[in-house]
Amino acid sequence: MKVSDICSNKDFKLLTKDFEDREISKPFCCDLLSIAMGKAPAGSCWVTVMANANTLAVATLTDVSCIVIAEGISFDDALIDKANEEDIIVFSTSLPVYDAAAIVGAGL
Amino acid sequence: MPDVMELVYEVSNEDFTRAGEASSDVKRKLKKLGIPSDVIRRVSIALYEGEINMVIHAYGGKVTVTISEEAITMVLADKGPGIPDIDKAMEAGYSTAPDNVRNLGFGAGMGLPNMKKNSDEMNIETQIGVGTTVTMTVKL
Ligand SMILES: Nc1ncnc2c1ncn2[C@@H]1O[C@H](COP(=O)(O)OP(=O)(O)O)[C@@H](O)[C@H]1O
Ligand SMILES: [Mg+2]
Repeated sequence: MKVSDICSNKDFKLLTKDFEDREISKPFCCDLLSIAMGKAPAGSCWVTVMANANTLAVATLTDVSCIVIAEGISFDDALIDKANEEDIIVFSTSLPVYDAAAIVGAGL
Repeated sequence: MPDVMELVYEVSNEDFTRAGEASSDVKRKLKKLGIPSDVIRRVSIALYEGEINMVIHAYGGKVTVTISEEAITMVLADKGPGIPDIDKAMEAGYSTAPDNVRNLGFGAGMGLPNMKKNSDEMNIETQIGVGTTVTMTVKL
């Protein structure tokens, strides 16, 4: 499954700009950034409810393929701008974390 | 590539959400130098955890990164309160981080263990009331 495949699912909304497509290695779920930092696999689709600037820093450093902000948690415009600057792909969904990750996992 | 390259960053303690500027910049530079991606990932993770610690547990500080043919060395020096018991601080899950930091997803007590795991060598020098210097090396 590629990141672009997420775009075609109506439960997910792309918050950031057009992107260079990339393969997703697996879904990864975690809200504690210190743990995500140590464990998020490179290329994974990171599903979380933690939406702040540090989430973006962790995403860059672990080289995940994209972030999915679950549970309809808001991701403000300043964060979207920052994600765009750093070429981080961010989706939002109203689904719970597990349901969102299960959809990504099923597509792999 | 020059024999040795040195990068220096001031880490400010004013804005916790901005922590990570040094590690992001180092990551970009290592990528340009063609350093293997697993090495970049380890350096980035170790450095970011170190930066976060300087911001939440000390009052910011200075990061010096040296890149040579053999290794990447990171020195994180702060003038913070120091660490009373290093063995305890190194335990996974031990944390004195305040609630506002926990609410942002940090303070799980995994920082120092992550730093140790991702570096080939790690050394902590600390003095109560004076500061802490963490030195980490990742071999190339
Ligand atoms: N630079 C530092 N200055 C003072 N104390 C520190 C420093 N770095 C770490 N510590 C102490 O070590 C503990 C464990 O650090 P760490 O494993 O990174 O976990 P966390 O940052 O989540 O608390 C911290 O809670 C703090 O008490
Ligand atoms: Mg820490």
